[in-house]
Amino acid sequence: MAAIRFLGLVLVLVTADLAAQQPDTERGRQVYERWCAACHAVDGAGEGPAAGYMLPRPRDFTRGIYQIRTTPGGDIPTDDDIMRMINEGMPGTTMPGWQDQLSRADRQAVLEYIKSFYPPFETMAAPEPIDFGRAPRVSDDRLEEGRIFYDSIECWQCHGDTGRGYGSSAPELEDDWGYPIRAVDLTKNWKFNGGGSVEEIYRRLRTGMDGTPMPSFSDLLDADFMTEDQLWSLAHYVRSLAPDRPPRVREVIRADRVEPGEVPTTVADERWDEVESFYIPLVAQIIVLPRWFDPSVDAVWVQALHDGNEIALRVTWHDRSESPHPNWMQWQERVLEVMEPREGDLDPAPRPDRLAVQFPRSIPSGMERPYFLMGTSDNPVYLWQWSSTDDAEPAQARGMTEIEPLGGSIASDARWEAGRWQVVLTRSLEPEDTSNRLTFERGTAIPIAFYVWDGDNGEEGTRGAISSWYFIYLLEDAPISTYVTPLMAFFLTGGLGLVVVARAQKRERALETASEGPDPTTPTGRNP
Amino acid sequence: MRYSDAVTRALLPFALLGLIVACGGDAPETEADDAEVEMPFDVATAGHLQGMVLFEGDPPPPEVLDMSSEPDCAAQWDDQPMRDLVQVSDGHLENVFIYVKEGLDGMDFPRARDTPVMDQVGCRYTPTVIGLMPGQEITFRNSDGLLHNINSSPTVNRGFNISQPVNMDTQRSFASPEVMIPVRCDVHGWMRAYIGVVPHPYHGVTGSGGSFDLRDLPPGEYVIEAWHSQLGTQEQTVTIATGETAEVSFTFTSEMLGTAVVPLGEPIYPHRHHAPHSAPATR
Ligand code: HEC
Ligand code: HEC
Repeated sequence: MAAIRFLGLVLVLVTADLAAQQPDTERGRQVYERWCAACHAVDGAGEGPAAGYMLPRPRDFTRGIYQIRTTPGGDIPTDDDIMRMINEGMPGTTMPGWQDQLSRADRQAVLEYIKSFYPPFETMAAPEPIDFGRAPRVSDDRLEEGRIFYDSIECWQCHGDTGRGYGSSAPELEDDWGYPIRAVDLTKNWKFNGGGSVEEIYRRLRTGMDGTPMPSFSDLLDADFMTEDQLWSLAHYVRSLAPDRPPRVREVIRADRVEPGEVPTTVADERWDEVESFYIPLVAQIIVLPRWFDPSVDAVWVQALHDGNEIALRVTWHDRSESPHPNWMQWQERVLEVMEPREGDLDPAPRPDRLAVQFPRSIPSGMERPYFLMGTSDNPVYLWQWSSTDDAEPAQARGMTEIEPLGGSIASDARWEAGRWQVVLTRSLEPEDTSNRLTFERGTAIPIAFYVWDGDNGEEGTRGAISSWYFIYLLEDAPISTYVTPLMAFFLTGGLGLVVVARAQKRERALETASEGPDPTTPTGRNP
Repeated sequence: MRYSDAVTRALLPFALLGLIVACGGDAPETEADDAEVEMPFDVATAGHLQGMVLFEGDPPPPEVLDMSSEPDCAAQWDDQPMRDLVQVSDGHLENVFIYVKEGLDGMDFPRARDTPVMDQVGCRYTPTVIGLMPGQEITFRNSDGLLHNINSSPTVNRGFNISQPVNMDTQRSFASPEVMIPVRCDVHGWMRAYIGVVPHPYHGVTGSGGSFDLRDLPPGEYVIEAWHSQLGTQEQTVTIATGETAEVSFTFTSEMLGTAVVPLGEPIYPHRHHAPHSAPATR
């Protein structure tokens, strides 16, 4: 047994050694054409068959431009830099990580192969990585210093004051290939291409992100505009714009019960700050035609409260513009010009932002919920539809293209501010007309799903972002906090998520992921 | 410690500094090479080339720029901030890059010693077109005191994307010949400039009179190219004779607008079939 293992080890070492000594171009080509060429193209120029469906586009390797490096701006990357991206992928993009998919030798071979698309790799001197030093500890003073530099360097021109990526230059940004590119939302560090730790942020500030508008700030050190230590403060500040840990997805949105008449119905009501936020990821709608592969909204946060008579939802999402906005018209033109597939009418037009909250018409007693994409002709869904240019209204849908208003309106209040929409929707638990409208029962898991459209990104109709079904659970009793300590409440509601899901799972075999209790790392009321 | 020791120590940093300065900082080897390079021909045999670039037809009206996001820049303009992509006065075309494209092969010219300045004033590049030799430094200057980034995207050379949040100078150079290298400011999308890198000193940019003057060329036959960011390129063949001044003129027309193929190294905008960086109206 031990001998076999030893033999295996020797084999591994020998093959690894061989691969390192003479890069196997043929093997690299095979791996590349099998796994990479659909996006990066056989000729390495980035316009593979799938490329038109994604923004940012797959990298064109023939120009030798790499974003995530340890080398100074404009330099070629080290092999380790490239290997890291092959291993881990780029979270904010369609670039997958290959560590678990390909053997080390295959990854090494494909690395050599993609370098061969840019012949200067062979002749240029080996690049010199920057010595980044070590991250100093974070402190309040340091964050304040970082904020001052964020202002004085004018990062906000692209990223916006709050970092949500809505700066005044944002609608015009393009990459080196002329494609539209978004200024990253700095509050979502788990989507950073090069990683969201303070060390990684510091590296991006030193090296810049070649091929994109994101410049290098190393010259500011050489010019004595700021010190390395101050640049670290800036990196810490940027890190602090995002939560300590990426938000966790939970299946059940909890609607706490408040005293009668205490349901906040406006966006700005401070009582919302005390209400827990539930993070719901959204994905592109790529099933019903016309499809849309580049939605700009990737998540909503949902807060819910009820008082026994009314229920209010506050839905929050990051959106770079209050659509339709004239400054963003040319963004829309550029995005529509480059995005495949060309299904349906793709003309740029002033389009509003939209939100739809989807429920079944009545709480399902059996196992099945309506089809998650707005139901079907025999099993329609009940919707709350909100738009930035109209009142919110209830509607019924028999599929994404067959939506009819039910008449009447849903009370709403909305505000776009600093790269973020917040919308409050309020309705009585029991509707006057119960035929097509859901009655919100307490103490049961009610299916709920979300749709968001960014008008200035050309989104409308079936072209938008969608979630799968989640649940909302209205607590039966008066506020727990009035008679138990907050700590107890924490455990009680933590357990509740499990109970609800266990119950729901019994009914719903389709439910895949088990729920977790409230995320202790996301303090309630933290503004997303 | 002995006196002389102390002095040596105190002076050592300066001595080192002197050494660095003498070596020209970051590119000592090439600097040394250069010292040996002389003009590769007898300058007494040289001739000259003078010329003019004309424009026929109606130039497109200047584009009004929305600088409301940068009031400090807008304030530096007497009138409305504008961008004139095709700048014509009295039928003479400005901002045309003129250079010897063929005829100097095999000749090694010493690198030019001056450092041209591309300034940023009132959120525009001044000038918008500059010629350089490989290795020759260019200074990017921020005179606006607000954030500009200088993002060059060459094809043959390595690019850079530097930021200048305050008034400051930053030097850069390009290693290899390349016509032309686009430069942009991503913060102010209307700011576009172009840098031509050619392996000899025979290049120029037309000014307000549309004229250019290339002096001290070795006698011979040359292909001269005229490059314009919106109107594309034209070539002419000229013969230079010792002691004489040859003349040449190029004519661009309004018909070329929108259809011109503008070389920027290799095609860098694969999905666009028209002049890159053109005004939104002509897109
Ligand atoms: C589903 C499409 C897709 C596939 C498959 C894919 N990539 Fe990518 N890749 C991308 C995109 C998109 C980018 C550019 C992201 C950006 O510019 O922000 C990218 C960028 C890269 C980069 C640049 C990293 C940097 O620092 O800039 C490397 C290297 C890379 N890919 C290697 C590979 C290799 C090797 C494979 C195959 C084993 C592969 N990719 C397969 C989509 C893909
Ligand atoms: C000219 C516009 C512009 C300016 C100014 C700018 N950025 Fe960026 N930044 C971008 C763009 C565009 C991206 C996204 C690049 C991509 O997606 O490939 C980005 C990405 C980032 C990222 C994400 C890195 C990653 O790994 O994905 C961070 C962090 C960042 N910027 C911080 C800053 C800070 C801090 C400043 C000011 C010191 C700043 N940026 C100034 C345009 C800009």
